[in-house]
Amino acid sequence: MPLLTLHNSLVTYLVVGALLFGMGVYGMVTRRTLIGMLIAAELLLAGASINFMAFNRFTAPDPAFGQIFTLFIMAIAAAEAAIGLSIIVAFYRHYKSIDTDDAVQLKG
Amino acid sequence: MIQTLTTPDGLVGIIFLFMVVVTLIGGLVASASERLVRAVIGLVISFVGVAGLYYFLNSPFIAMMQVLIYVGAVAVAISFAIMLAAPEEKKKFSPTNPLTGPLGLISAALLTSGLITIALKTTWPIMPKVNNGSVKIIGIQLLTNHSMVFELISIVLLIAILGALVIARGGREH
Repeated sequence: MPLLTLHNSLVTYLVVGALLFGMGVYGMVTRRTLIGMLIAAELLLAGASINFMAFNRFTAPDPAFGQIFTLFIMAIAAAEAAIGLSIIVAFYRHYKSIDTDDAVQLKG
Repeated sequence: MIQTLTTPDGLVGIIFLFMVVVTLIGGLVASASERLVRAVIGLVISFVGVAGLYYFLNSPFIAMMQVLIYVGAVAVAISFAIMLAAPEEKKKFSPTNPLTGPLGLISAALLTSGLITIALKTTWPIMPKVNNGSVKIIGIQLLTNHSMVFELISIVLLIAILGALVIARGGREH
């Protein structure tokens, strides 16, 4: 029964990663708020991490490399979330809004 | 059919399919729901599913880190930001371009189908493993081969914490 042995094929993980990446792109394009875009960015990073881990498991000679890279992605994502959220909070204090349409003061 | 489902291998397959479904449904909720609180909950569900996928990829350590860092820290930080920045649900947005939704859908679908086509059409080479990728080997490599990146990432995290404090604190007095 091929449906139950999907977890042993590289393509399954690549497809799941691609789908998560696509959802992240859709959220990034359509969201109107800064926090929504941050959530979409997390989805993008999760899709990329799944790809790294899948190649790490199936094709890479050294299976520690991909795990270390995924750890670094997690650290960068945590730093990005901390900075992004504090910028959002500061932005909210100024404009009383987190709508991306209000962040246009630098517009010429 | 029922007999294959109740063998250990069949159960493993079922759990894997469940994790994939959880990941994808969580991602859909996170990217398409109207309210931000629901999007965060979708993100948490999706991350739990991704942690399950990592477990299937022979990395229980990364699966644990995923739950600790993403579900435990990032999602909680995002929900705190939602509460602090209280986006009004009823707020009238300026009229959105009616093309945004379909164009976003088309671009996401094109990217996804392209990636899936590449994944299906390529024959990926399988290399022999040189070690088993255990936590011990990860630790040794982090402190030998990747020590430079390891130190850099700790500096980045430190600066991010300080920067977040400075940015979020400014303007509180007035």
